[in-house]
Amino acid sequence: MSDAASATTEPLTKADFQSDQDSRWCPGCGDYAILSTVQKVMPDLGVPREEIVFISGIGCSSRFPYYMNTYGFHTIHGRAPTFATGLKLARPELTVFLVTGDGDSLSIGGNHLLHILRRNVDVKILLFNNRIYGLTKGQYSPTSEQGKVTKSSPAGSTDYPINPVLFALGAEATFVARTVDRNVPHMEMVLKRAAKHRGSALVEIYQNCNVFNDGAFKYLTERATKIDTELVVKNGEPLVFGPIDDRKGFVIRGTKTEIVKLGSVPDEDLWVYDETDPVGAGILARFDHPNFPVPIGVFLDIDRPNFSESMVVQEEQSIAKKGPGDIKELFLRGQTWDV
Amino acid sequence: MSETVAPPPPEASAKPHHTVEFAVVRFAGDSGDGMQLTGQQFAIETAFAGNDLVTLPDFPAEIRAPAGTLYGVSSFQIQFGSGKVWTHGDKVDVLIVMNPAAFKVHLPDLKPSGILIVNTDAFTKSNLAKAGYDASPLVDETLKGSYRVFEVPLSKLTREALAETGLAHRDAERSKNIFALGIVSWLYDRPLAPTRTLLESKFGKKPQILEANLLALDAGHRYAEATELFTEYYRVEPAELEKGTYRSISGNQALAWGLLAAARASGRPMVYGAYPITPASDLLHELANHKNFRVRTFQAEDEISAIGATIGASFGGALGVCGTSGPGLALKGEALGLAVMVELPLVVVNVQRGGPSTGLPTKTEQSDLLQAFYGRNGECPLVILAPRTPSDCFTMAYEAARISIRYMTPVLLLSDGYLATGSEPWKLPDLAALKPVEFNLATDPETFQPYARDAETLARPWAIPGTPGLEHRVGGLEKKHITGNVNYEPDNHDLMTRLREEKVKRVQREIPPIEVVGDQSGQVLVIGWGSTYGAISAAIEESREAGLKVGHVHLRHLNPLPADLLDVIGRFERVLVPEINRGQLVRLLRAEFAIPAVGFNRVRGMPLRLPELVEAIETVARGEPLPTKDTAAEAFAGGQGVRSGDAEGNGGWMRDAFQQLWGLDRSGGNGASEG
Repeated sequence: MSDAASATTEPLTKADFQSDQDSRWCPGCGDYAILSTVQKVMPDLGVPREEIVFISGIGCSSRFPYYMNTYGFHTIHGRAPTFATGLKLARPELTVFLVTGDGDSLSIGGNHLLHILRRNVDVKILLFNNRIYGLTKGQYSPTSEQGKVTKSSPAGSTDYPINPVLFALGAEATFVARTVDRNVPHMEMVLKRAAKHRGSALVEIYQNCNVFNDGAFKYLTERATKIDTELVVKNGEPLVFGPIDDRKGFVIRGTKTEIVKLGSVPDEDLWVYDETDPVGAGILARFDHPNFPVPIGVFLDIDRPNFSESMVVQEEQSIAKKGPGDIKELFLRGQTWDV
Repeated sequence: MSETVAPPPPEASAKPHHTVEFAVVRFAGDSGDGMQLTGQQFAIETAFAGNDLVTLPDFPAEIRAPAGTLYGVSSFQIQFGSGKVWTHGDKVDVLIVMNPAAFKVHLPDLKPSGILIVNTDAFTKSNLAKAGYDASPLVDETLKGSYRVFEVPLSKLTREALAETGLAHRDAERSKNIFALGIVSWLYDRPLAPTRTLLESKFGKKPQILEANLLALDAGHRYAEATELFTEYYRVEPAELEKGTYRSISGNQALAWGLLAAARASGRPMVYGAYPITPASDLLHELANHKNFRVRTFQAEDEISAIGATIGASFGGALGVCGTSGPGLALKGEALGLAVMVELPLVVVNVQRGGPSTGLPTKTEQSDLLQAFYGRNGECPLVILAPRTPSDCFTMAYEAARISIRYMTPVLLLSDGYLATGSEPWKLPDLAALKPVEFNLATDPETFQPYARDAETLARPWAIPGTPGLEHRVGGLEKKHITGNVNYEPDNHDLMTRLREEKVKRVQREIPPIEVVGDQSGQVLVIGWGSTYGAISAAIEESREAGLKVGHVHLRHLNPLPADLLDVIGRFERVLVPEINRGQLVRLLRAEFAIPAVGFNRVRGMPLRLPELVEAIETVARGEPLPTKDTAAEAFAGGQGVRSGDAEGNGGWMRDAFQQLWGLDRSGGNGASEG
């Protein structure tokens, strides 16, 4: 139903996706790296700029659409998935990205995140997780660790944190991934994978808030510790991590996972990752610092009919069966009489 | 028609008849007795007979309340006539009760000497006990002295009529409501063909049930003709209706169709988002059936999602519509504010019900008007419209969509439970005569500015994704005039606030001049809105027949109000505002025009009662305060500590103060003598 003239023909560049608005994030915020990476990836998607929409909720991350030279909609707190769902319902052909934070998507908007994922609405969800409320100046968030001392939890937060990847898997998402603001090449790879997925894609991006929660993911971003704490997930390959001279893998016994030194068990016993297996994804999603290395990469990528496709199928079936709607004929349906 | 079915009996009766101008019939029984279907079908027969009619379905919020209980009683009332019918009627001429509970609840509404048809089979010991009777009230001699009582063993007669079908007794008895319909159809000489047609379409795939119901219908009809109980029947001559093709329509159905027609006229697809809620769910059901109209319905996870999705759809260039009831509107408040800020088309239908909170889900009320006006943060004006009859729901739904798209503004459409489920004959409109749905779709990147405005409507352009060169961002943060960029400057916010307000005000240009029904000037101007239309219209007729100079204005545009409303008000000595709330429009009118308007308010979950309304008009015409019946004071410690005298909103000292201030008690005033 596009009223547009023919799409732009010249190849686009990163600069084409930069809007004329000044970014208003704090200097040093992890959001800058994410914005830059997203702008860089956009031309590779092969989608005309006018066919792309960025939708966000409320929070630091949700200012994102203002800085993208695409269509954009900065909506209300927690509800971005609902706007994205309606937009896809009206315009299935658009490429829709949703930018949200841990508070926006998992606290006030938890319900909507659940439903956009289970419906498999073809929207790419970038969840910036900084484990803190930034825009309201530093209260604990639903992903903050227990015991977190903040302005609103001077004695430490008593709330148990939610793991976004586990949440998405529980909501029967069809694509779930994690990446880190400081790992730009990895982020690029994950964003491209997500964009290619036909259905809802959840990408958790660990993002540093240098003002209110600086260093939350330091173990994963500092050279000194990263080698022991980062588990780069690759489909069809054994899950391995650690320095060259001390590589480790995993063996699954029953429902338990054990870290093993490479060579200490037969290679065929090592856990080879299968990103189409939701059960394996569920096990991997529970790996967390400090007991396990933290997995980054694609946890799950499976196919399921998506929301707008299914809706269009029903609509076409209805038209094939009943013909295109005729208001006059509708009025005369049932019992009428003449005066 | 199935060949297994016996030929219909002759419908003409050999018995004598009376001709009456109006009749009120009420079917009442257990929620599981099929009273709604029976009543609706009687209404269709009545429409086919050419009468004007108004219906009132009244059912409990529980799906199947425990059988036989007082709170499980469901009823359907219809008034029909050879003249204009305004309301469903107050007291009833014919009452059909299917069990003791229905008897107990509804008998007080039967006119003296009215006809009472009783299903005696249901007057068992246990049913009597559930209704709180020690012994059958039917044996009471005073009952037979007061009413014409027809004791009919409905279950038994239905069983016997269906003996040949091979249905189990219990299943056969299910058709007793159709048997009763046959009786009442005979009593008022209604055609049975429409009911046969309906039964065939409803049960076409279940031949045994179809046959049972057709048999029961005919058996009921034959029984009434044959029995010595009924010595005469009634005729109601056809009403003089405008020529055309008619159908019966309920408010919710009319709303759905009005939206469909508007979407079609606009050429935009429609997205309807809703979370199931009584009494608005039928809108979703109706629209979900019309996928071939390219209506995309979305059953959301909650009320907020429903409105979010529809705003998202509007952003994408569709007509976004969501339907809800009061509690749902409360949840939609924040998103409505966003829609006001981003200036996108959006129609929100609120089928009002009794509140606050969960309140009375299946009962009617007009108590969301102030919520519609003010139930959001910030200065957040939007257009508010209200249909006044079930069929007017078509017109106003179309109008809501048209205005919303033309002015790029959310429009709130206030229906209510009475309109939603009530039905009336509807003359099919000429689609070609409907106003076109105009809008400004931006396409030119050279001239495009997201918040540049149309000089006439102040609407900003609709720039939909997919249009090259118009990439832009909108959101809930304040916008810079013209560019739409985020802006916090004091003067800009002041300007944008005023522009949003002025845009809504400009919708006044869409409102036709006010038509005052009745006297054009005089003693009392009655101003109503919404579903009180029928009751007020009937009351105006009665008051004028009694010699009062009374006019009626029924507002369909509440925000903005019609530009000529104050002129009309000035032609009358007093203003009376009847509402099914505690005085909401009356407050707005007092605030807007600084007039001492008087409220007449009832919140019984039911339409206003005609005699009370007529009395109120007469009282106000005399310049007297409305009688105060302060039930709250009575219920609370005998009234101690509760100030009475202002219970009608403007009863005592305030009224006097206003009258002194504004001098409206002066003889002559702006009244009839100058009119």
